[in-house]
Amino acid sequence: MQGLAGAAACSTVLAALPARSSPPASYAPRFFTPAEWAFLVAACDRLIPADENGPGALALDVPRFIDMQMDTPYAHGAQWYMQAPFVPGPDNLGYQLPHAPRDLYRRGIAGMDAHAATRHGRPFAGLAPALQDDLLRGAENGGMTFGDLPSTAFFDQLLANVMEGAFSDPVHGGNTGLGGWIMLGFPGARADFMDWVDRYGAHYPLGSVSISGETA
Amino acid sequence: MSDDARRLRAVDVVIVGGGWAGSIMAKEMTEAGRSVVMLERGPDRSTAADGAYPASIDELEANFRYKLFQDLSKNTVTIRNNSRQTALPYRRMAAFLPGEGVGGAGLHWSGVHFRIPPDDLRLRTRVIEKYGAKFIPEGMNLQDYGVSYEELEPFFDKAEKVFGTSGEAYMVKGQVVGKGNVFSPSRSDHFPLPALKDVYTAHLFRKAAAEVGFHPYSLPAANASRQYINPYGVQMGPCNFCGYCSGYACYMYSKASPNVNILPVLRRHPLFELRAGCHVMKVELDAEGRRATGVTYTDPDGAVVTQPAEMVILTAFQFHNVRLMLLSGIGRPYDPARNEGVVGRNFVYQNVTTSNVWLDRGIDTNQYIGAGGGGVAFDDFNSENFDHGPLGFVGGSPVWVNQAGVKAIAAAHSGGPPGTPRWGSAWKAGVIDTYRHSLRIDAHGANMAYRDVYLDLDPTWKDAYGQPLLRMTFDWKDNDIRMNRYVVDRIGDVAKAMGARRVNLTKREFGRPFDTRQYQTTHLGGGAVMGTDPGTSALNRYLQSWDVHNVFVIGANAFPQGTGYNPTGMVAALAYWAAHHIRTTYLAHPGPLAG
Repeated sequence: MQGLAGAAACSTVLAALPARSSPPASYAPRFFTPAEWAFLVAACDRLIPADENGPGALALDVPRFIDMQMDTPYAHGAQWYMQAPFVPGPDNLGYQLPHAPRDLYRRGIAGMDAHAATRHGRPFAGLAPALQDDLLRGAENGGMTFGDLPSTAFFDQLLANVMEGAFSDPVHGGNTGLGGWIMLGFPGARADFMDWVDRYGAHYPLGSVSISGETA
Repeated sequence: MSDDARRLRAVDVVIVGGGWAGSIMAKEMTEAGRSVVMLERGPDRSTAADGAYPASIDELEANFRYKLFQDLSKNTVTIRNNSRQTALPYRRMAAFLPGEGVGGAGLHWSGVHFRIPPDDLRLRTRVIEKYGAKFIPEGMNLQDYGVSYEELEPFFDKAEKVFGTSGEAYMVKGQVVGKGNVFSPSRSDHFPLPALKDVYTAHLFRKAAAEVGFHPYSLPAANASRQYINPYGVQMGPCNFCGYCSGYACYMYSKASPNVNILPVLRRHPLFELRAGCHVMKVELDAEGRRATGVTYTDPDGAVVTQPAEMVILTAFQFHNVRLMLLSGIGRPYDPARNEGVVGRNFVYQNVTTSNVWLDRGIDTNQYIGAGGGGVAFDDFNSENFDHGPLGFVGGSPVWVNQAGVKAIAAAHSGGPPGTPRWGSAWKAGVIDTYRHSLRIDAHGANMAYRDVYLDLDPTWKDAYGQPLLRMTFDWKDNDIRMNRYVVDRIGDVAKAMGARRVNLTKREFGRPFDTRQYQTTHLGGGAVMGTDPGTSALNRYLQSWDVHNVFVIGANAFPQGTGYNPTGMVAALAYWAAHHIRTTYLAHPGPLAG
């Protein structure tokens, strides 16, 4: 029963978090154009929507996280083997495109918006949530290609970064207020369970903490 | 290129790779009074710098930007499932995560520290004794290691004392002494430290496994259960179950690493020199190709340098050792068409699948608490501990709860129960329930060696230094899939006894090829194996090249086929075994140690 009581206490904390449907106006994206930013904000809101289980990607500032990541060596493909030739092969042999994450976003967002315009007459961000979900599911299941880019390559990149943004340490620009960790029940950088390792089945009482010392 | 290289003053021993095997060999060779240069292609690393709390426990940087891992942009492998395919580059980290930098994978490993089942060392002989030669499937290159458990025992013992390994023995000097693994052989001594406490999920698993009739035991963990000073005089702190082991330099100094357990002593030794940022491209041989004269490497400034040496010890990661032999012309390359040649032969992986068990929502499984090497296992279906006769497959699999600390991004990626969408509100509900109330059980099986699974040099893609990438030809085989499916069904029995609300048994599927996109494990093995027959092994039983006697090759590359256990304990013991014979025989009488 201790666990249930703990879960209830957590829900109280979640309810106190401000519900937000857009990122703070003060953040000016450095990589994404206004049109791309509109797509990113709308897509993040569908991939992790705010609901009774906790905050959504927008309250967690996931778009800001992704924009900040675009300035890292990772986004330039510096950690991937990018030597030619780029030869297509079976899916199970992995990613074989010449595009680094920055290119995947640029091409992928343009492709998604073009599909939205063709099918529904306006860009993705202007569509009703149900239509946005349909397009995202189409991209996830490989129903589209954007030039040489299969939609799955873009979708997988986006989804991976959205998860990172919601659940990484706030030092990287997402997981605002530690909201992702609180929702999940992850104590973050607490990292000392010497006195809790054999408290079997009990709810851990201390809140999450970030690398910078922010607590919830 | 070697002709233009700058030539340095000769040393006694050059060691290629600064991980566990390299650090052990460097320690042993300096103890023997030999001058040693250790070359490491990655940066220098220390726990003080790379394991500082709290900045180092950043899951994004450590586990998703691969801070301590191999720089794939410079060097990777190509992979294909069979020799009819074109192998394609492994462009992004996924299925396996090789290390780079001083400490190697030994800095960011988890800490599971096993010996080896005695039967696994003579698996070919044992299978034929028990079931007859016809039991071995067509195309399986089943072999013996050429060394016995009794011969290796002192070196397992030595490695455990250096690592500060926590565990509970079953049998010491022939006497039953504790509740350890009843299938494990007798030991000359206890573990240096008592077993770690069970985390909750391991505790439940222990109880349920015993109820079903299996024989649970504490995983041997190179995570110190108490403060410890090892035989080299370096100190470890007690593990606090922080959950940041795999991918991290342990900020508690509890997880054994070359950086904590050996290098602090080596770095002060006047006969030892460490050169980081030095990428070895070739072992230089004399005109006859019978003797190594040194190595050629690219230094941090891009200069090509030759380091002459009396002995060359390759201690890089498994597949880098194999590649360096192929690039240097040491040993005859394997030809799968004829099943002849030895370098690249018997390449193996680890046959792991992870199943999930959901408990009542009133129970928090606290998956973020953990120690990388800690947990509870049973070996009832590992090695030759059970009758394979009616089952018709070779090999086995330990089963365990090894809760190493599940963190938030990894949990988000793992998602909810099968059938849950990967995003949206349904994903959220599923992932929260799964993170808070479930646990993971692994079948950590052996992968057998096959004639058409091997390593060679890729004809197309090159590394940043212009040398061909290594090519892997690998797929799962029927024998190994059947073994996995049989053992995973036993996990179902245990999950039921745990009172599971829901169970997801993950089994290998027939016809589903090896998938490079999903993390499995970095337990790669074979490719330059040890043995007693130069026709089927690249190394003799002392891990010495059959062809070039002053080259020793230490690593999981020496395993003739996979075992159910994690490789590090065996690699460390083989390093001490080889070092012992170099020190007692080779240094005085350089030449082949086996005829």
